Amino acid sequence: MKKTGAQILCESLINEGVEVIWGILGGSVLPLYDTFPQYPQLRHILVRHEQGAAHAADGYARATHRAGVCVATSGPGATNLVTGIACAYMDSAPMVAITGQVARPFIGKDAFQEMDITGITIPITKHNYLVTDVAELARTVKEAFHIAQTGRPGPVLIDIPRDILQEQTDFVYPDKLDLAGYKVVSRGHPAQIKKAAKLINEAEQPVIIAGRGIIISQAYDELKEFAEKAELPVVHTLLGLGSFPGDHILDLGMMGMHGTGCANMAVQNADLLIAIGMRFDDRATANTSEFAPNARVIHIDIDPAEIGKNIPVDIPVVGDVRSVLIALNKEIERRGHVDWLSQIEQWKCDYPSLEIRQSDELVPQYVIQQIYEATQGNALVVTGVGQNQMFAARYFTYTKPNSLISAGGLGPMGFELPAAMGVKIGCPDDVVWCVAGDGGFQMTIQELATITQENIAVKIAIMNNGYLGMVRQWQELFYGRRYVDTKLWNPDFVKIAEAYDIPGVRVKRREEVVPAIQRAMESPGAFLIDFLVEPEENIYPIVPPGESLARFFEPSRTELFGERF
Amino acid sequence: MTDAKHTLVALVEDKPGVLNRIASLFRRRSFNIQSLAVGSSEHAGLSRMTIVAVGDSAQVEQVRKQLEKLINVVKVSDITEENMVTRELALIKVKATPSTRSEIMQIVSIFRANIVDVAPGSLTVEVTGDEDKVNSLFRLLGDFGVKELSRTGRIALTRGSGP
Repeated sequence: MKKTGAQILCESLINEGVEVIWGILGGSVLPLYDTFPQYPQLRHILVRHEQGAAHAADGYARATHRAGVCVATSGPGATNLVTGIACAYMDSAPMVAITGQVARPFIGKDAFQEMDITGITIPITKHNYLVTDVAELARTVKEAFHIAQTGRPGPVLIDIPRDILQEQTDFVYPDKLDLAGYKVVSRGHPAQIKKAAKLINEAEQPVIIAGRGIIISQAYDELKEFAEKAELPVVHTLLGLGSFPGDHILDLGMMGMHGTGCANMAVQNADLLIAIGMRFDDRATANTSEFAPNARVIHIDIDPAEIGKNIPVDIPVVGDVRSVLIALNKEIERRGHVDWLSQIEQWKCDYPSLEIRQSDELVPQYVIQQIYEATQGNALVVTGVGQNQMFAARYFTYTKPNSLISAGGLGPMGFELPAAMGVKIGCPDDVVWCVAGDGGFQMTIQELATITQENIAVKIAIMNNGYLGMVRQWQELFYGRRYVDTKLWNPDFVKIAEAYDIPGVRVKRREEVVPAIQRAMESPGAFLIDFLVEPEENIYPIVPPGESLARFFEPSRTELFGERF
Repeated sequence: MTDAKHTLVALVEDKPGVLNRIASLFRRRSFNIQSLAVGSSEHAGLSRMTIVAVGDSAQVEQVRKQLEKLINVVKVSDITEENMVTRELALIKVKATPSTRSEIMQIVSIFRANIVDVAPGSLTVEVTGDEDKVNSLFRLLGDFGVKELSRTGRIALTRGSGP
């Protein structure tokens, strides 16, 4: 029986196990939307801006390890997806973005709402397609999901002209793929693994740098066994938080520009770095020429192009993190590093990075810490970008695997709300906290409507400091405290929430924090808390731009707590 | 590390937009292409591309690996260090008068090049060889006045029976 392109697309998505689609309709995708009622097993969630669709699909993907799917119409619909696709690309999240295109006879004619979205998205997709023949559609969808979800995951875009959605052909979903140019190395080379094990067995001051690759590969148990067997302390990249229990004795927290003093000192003084599923991003390494000067480097990553890209590597192991760690765990010796760990303990005492200063003001660190206490870490935290993100990264203890969903590479403000919707739909049984800044929140605030329309029970905590906080911090520290255009006039977020039929509360004082969090948790649906936090609170430590990781600064205990320390 | 000329040979799918993806990647990674030649290969549906790029070995290796990640790229090799045959074709339109024509023809013959078009005021010369040879001929003909030059860029294969 012949089927239309739209039917073929829907059935192909069902074949790929898709349950949720995020999108907004428009002229070019009308034939697709007209077909949705025939496939009730596909849940379409209508967002309020296509950027929200892409971030929601991204959040869904990160939380479930399955490709998130978003749909937009041609032209502006497609270009609005771009930020969200770029974000998924930078953070290696699997996504299939489907865009409508003008009908084939109009392509190249600058037709209404025509835009070359495949051309635009070449640098921000793992691959993309313009479908020019309905007979190619099913195979294209199969390839797209395969490419998006295997190897180093990433977004794939399929651009489908409107007339192809309407054209009919026989539908056969292919069971095999022929992608001559797509090879995924899964197992690490045994000789490289032996060499890596030898270095690990000999190291006196080893440090694991745990990145998002561990989460993608779901190698939590293998990493724990690895770290415990050879007594290897673990530091994290931002996106590696949630790959190893944050309350483990070997865990030193986040490294990098806003990493803990202890984590950064451990990295800078290590004689061996075992970098796993991470890409030596500049926010993690700071100045690369002074990075870990005495360390040899083992780099385990599935993407061969990451090896040696930013940092010279002594022993590369290309492969899936989980399979490499399973092999490595058999090769390494059980041993301890008493002296090294006691040095690390000393750094933990020397640098009060995780202490929260005594203040009558409401500080964001305390808010985040109380969300952790209230949930006992049993929550998924989705953050925006900026100070709120760093506070959330540092003052919540990520004990649950994959419990931090944050946009690390691209750093798009406004990620938090739509991504939190995706996380909640993907993990309906989990408590989802969306930690927002007052600036970023207003970039995707319209998704409050989606939350209400679809009854998505996310708990929203706005760290409202009345500034574009991270930029203000830079202006304070590096631009002579000249606050140019970072001060924000804000609407009443509680009233805004109310207008969207979402209950909310404003918190100004420390003692109101816990009751507000409790109220949010007890509320059955979405809930918003507008935390009016100290406007000029900074995130410390900070490594000034261009400096080495060792040259972080932060307030002393005396500055934090007064003379008695 | 020092910059050097690298010859990359890529086997790529013959599909629309592939050249754009490759060019986009070079631009994106701030890497300059000196020449790029593309045509069919011995495999149906696959083209062979020869790219000459200047950079240090680490940069070139990074670009090679990034190229390998493109789904439409089947294989990329940096054959710079290998024993290879390289050729380039150039067409040179040179000014010619009755008094210079025979001298030009002598030079062309020394280079085993061919004259492919004769006009009242010019000759068009076709030359095949490695870049040095093309450069030398171009320099010599420059004395007579070159009106137009068109070069294909380098194509290359490794020597020997292996692929």
